[in-house]
Amino acid sequence: MMSMPAHPGRHTLYNGSSGTFLPVKEGNEAMATVTFDNATRQYPGNPIPSVDKLNIEIADGEFLVLVGPSGCGKSTSLRMLAGLEEVNGGRILIGDRDVTNLSPKDRDVAMVFQNYALYPHMTVADNMGFALKIAGVDKAEIRKRVEEAAKILDLTPYLDRKPKALSGGQRQRVAMGRAIVRSPQVFLMDEPLSNLDAKLRVQTRTQIASLQRRLGVTTVYVTHDQVEAMTMGDRVAVLKDGILQQCDSPRRMYDHPANVFVAGFIGSPAMNLMEVPVTDGGVDLHGHTVPVTRENLAGVGKNVTLGVRPEDLELSSDQSGIPVTVDVVEELGADAYIYGSTEQKLLEATGENAGAVPFIARVDGRRPPEKGDKIYLKPKAGHVHVFNAESGLRVGD
Amino acid sequence: MTLEITTARPESALLDLPWSTPLEEWPESYLAALPRGISRHVVRFVKLGPRVLAVKEIKDDIADREYAMLRNLRRLDVPSVEPFGVVHGRTTADGEPLDACLITRHLQFSLPYRALYSQNLRPDTAVRLMDALAVLLVRLHLEGFWWGDVSLSNTLFRRDAGAFAAYLVDAETGELHARLSDGQREHDLDIARVNIAGELMDLAAGGFLEEHADPFEVSASVIERYHTLWDALTGTERFEVGDRWRVDERIRRLNELGFDVDELSMTTDIGGTEIVITPKVVDAGHHSRRLLRLTGLDVGENQARRLLNDLDAYTAATDRQGDDEEIVAHDWLAKIYEPVTRAVPRELTGRLEPAEIFHEVLEHRWYMSERAGHDTPIEDALRDYVATVLPAKPEEKAVLGVDTEEMPVISRFD
Repeated sequence: MMSMPAHPGRHTLYNGSSGTFLPVKEGNEAMATVTFDNATRQYPGNPIPSVDKLNIEIADGEFLVLVGPSGCGKSTSLRMLAGLEEVNGGRILIGDRDVTNLSPKDRDVAMVFQNYALYPHMTVADNMGFALKIAGVDKAEIRKRVEEAAKILDLTPYLDRKPKALSGGQRQRVAMGRAIVRSPQVFLMDEPLSNLDAKLRVQTRTQIASLQRRLGVTTVYVTHDQVEAMTMGDRVAVLKDGILQQCDSPRRMYDHPANVFVAGFIGSPAMNLMEVPVTDGGVDLHGHTVPVTRENLAGVGKNVTLGVRPEDLELSSDQSGIPVTVDVVEELGADAYIYGSTEQKLLEATGENAGAVPFIARVDGRRPPEKGDKIYLKPKAGHVHVFNAESGLRVGD
Repeated sequence: MTLEITTARPESALLDLPWSTPLEEWPESYLAALPRGISRHVVRFVKLGPRVLAVKEIKDDIADREYAMLRNLRRLDVPSVEPFGVVHGRTTADGEPLDACLITRHLQFSLPYRALYSQNLRPDTAVRLMDALAVLLVRLHLEGFWWGDVSLSNTLFRRDAGAFAAYLVDAETGELHARLSDGQREHDLDIARVNIAGELMDLAAGGFLEEHADPFEVSASVIERYHTLWDALTGTERFEVGDRWRVDERIRRLNELGFDVDELSMTTDIGGTEIVITPKVVDAGHHSRRLLRLTGLDVGENQARRLLNDLDAYTAATDRQGDDEEIVAHDWLAKIYEPVTRAVPRELTGRLEPAEIFHEVLEHRWYMSERAGHDTPIEDALRDYVATVLPAKPEEKAVLGVDTEEMPVISRFD
C-alpha cells in the first residue's frame, strides 16, 4: 500500500495527529489555479473555432475533467493550456500569471503521455528521474525528488533495482513516480487510460484519482469516457463542438443536466429522452400527467423534451405512462435492465410521429417482465428533466 | 463465443495457431524467436508457412482500431508494417475469454534499433537512424497522422543504400486528421524527445551506447532535423517576379530531398512585383516512384536514387542519351542489375536485400578502382564482394529482436 504522500518540492510533510503524514503547502507557494478566459482556438481554414470562448476557473488542487465526444475540442483545450496550441482569442492564466503567450517549458505544467514504457537496463530511480535530466535539472535535485516520490509510492527499497525485479503493481507506481517527480504546478493528462483493458482501467483510474487528491496538484484530465469523468473529477466540464455545455460537480451534472446534450451524454445507461406534448399543469405521457409548474412551461411551445433516467422509472399498473415493448432483459440480481422501445407515438396529440424510440428502464430484479412483454412505465415523482424542445435548454430547476 | 478471424486475404493456416492459449504461454514450437526485452503488451513472432507474423494480444476494440489505422496508413503509402488480421472471440478451454490478437506481417530485412545498436554502430550510422526517424515523422505529419507515441521501439529500420528508411510499427495511439495543427505536431515532437532520450539512456545503461554519444543531443537532433525538413517542404518563399527560376529551383530542391510536389500555391502581391510560393501537397518517394515506373523495381528511396544514378551512368557509357528512357532502363535491368543480384549464392541471399547488395557492389567497385588506380569492371567487383565482404555480414532477413517480453505497466502515466 502507498503511505500518505506529499508533493515533493511543493509541500512539506506534516506529522498529523494520527501518526500519518499529510501534505501541507509551503507558505510561499503560488496558488496553482487555472483560468480559461474566453480562450479561443480556430485552426486556419476552419470556418468555426475548435474551441470557442472557453471560460472555466479551476481551483488550486482541483481535479477537473474535460469530457466530450470526438472532435469536441477537449484535447485542443488541454494543448492550449500546455502551450502546444496557439490561443487566437482570450487568455489563459495559471495562478495570476498570464501564460497565453509563454512557451510550454515556461508554464510549469507537465503533460502526461498516453503511453509509457519502462526501460529494462535502467534502475527504478533512473526510470523515474530521467525526464528531469532532459529538462536539465541537476543531479542532486533529481535524486531528492526521486527519493521523495519513492517514499510516497512505497518504492524506496527498490530504487536501485531494475524494473524486472518488481511486481506489476510496483511497476505501475514507478510510472506514476515519473509524473510526480516533475513537480509541476499543473498536471495535464490526455486520455492516459485509453489503451488499457476495462479491468485495468478501473483499477488505474482509482489510483490516479487518489494519488492526485493526496498530492493536491491541480490536474486537468481529458477523456471521452463519461464514466471515467464522473468517477474521477471534482468537477466535470462537458464540451461539444468547441463549446462548453456545462461545468459542474458529477452529482450536480447528473441531477441537473443543463441541456439535452449533457442529459444524454452523462449517465450509463443513458437517460431516456423523448418529445412529449404539454398539457394543462404538466406534460402528458399517454394519459399520465407529469406535473410541471405553469411558470416553467410558459413560452415553451406545444412540446417539450422530457428526460427520465432508467433508474427513475416504475412499472405502472393502469396502462398509463410510457408504453414499452421489451426486447431484452438484462438480469443483474437485485435489479434488471429492460431494453426496449416505445411502440406508441408519444406525440399522438399533435399528430406527429416520433417513431420507435429506444428505451431503457431499471426494474426490480425479482419479478422482471419478459422479452416481448408490453409494459407501461411512469417516472418517479420529482425525477424528470424537462428541456425546451427548440433550444434544448433545461426548463425549471 | 466463436472464434472470428478477419484478414485481408484468407489464410486457413491461421486456424492451426493455438488461439485458446494466452499468447504468453504459446509453445515454442510455434514461435520464430524467443522473447526478449520489454514491451507493454504480449507480442510473439510466429512462423506460418513461409511467413513470419507478429502477434500482439490487446483489447478487442484497440485491435480493431489499430488494424483499421494500419490499413489506412498503407493506403496513404506511409511506410508502416502491413496489417495481416485480427482474431476475436478467443476463449480458453475452460471458456474464459481472452483478449483479441492483432496480426501484422514481419517486415523483411527490417532491423529494430536494439539489434542495430548491439552491432557496434558507427557514430554516423546512429545519426542516419535519427534522420530516418525524422523523415518518417515528417511524412506521417504531412498525411495528417498524429502518432502519440513516437519512439525508437515503435519504429523499424531498413537499410537504404547506406542510409536507413524508417517504418512505423505501432499505431495504437495514433489519430488521423485532415491536417495537423502546429500544436499537434509539437506534441508529437515533445513525446519523441522524451521517449528517444529514454531509450538511448537505457541503451547506455545496458552498455550498448558508445560513451561519447549523448542521449539528449541525439534526441534533440531528431527534432532539429525534423524542423529543417518540414520547413524545406512546407515553407513559404518570396522573391521578385524577375526571379521566376526560383520556382523550378524550389521544386528541384524538394526532388533532391526525395519529394515530389503535387500542388504548389503561387501568388503575387498587389503591385505584382513579388511572387510568394508555398508547396501545398508534397509526396515522398520521388526517386523510388521513378525507378518503379522505369524498371518495376520497388526499393527504398536512397536505393532508388543510387540505382537511377547507375542507370544514368549506363546510358552515358553506352551513348544512348537519345534513346527512349524506358528501353534503356530495361536493358540496364537485364544486363547490369539482374546479373549482379542473381549472382549472389543462395545461402547468402538472406544477408541483405538485393537492392542493398547492388548498392554495396557499386561501393565496392569504387574502392577497388581507387586502390587499383583504374576502373574495375562490375563483374570483378561482384566476384570479390561475394567472396570477401558478403559472407562476413550477419543474416538480416528476419531479425526479430523486437522487444517481446512483456512487462505490463498498467498505467500510461508519464
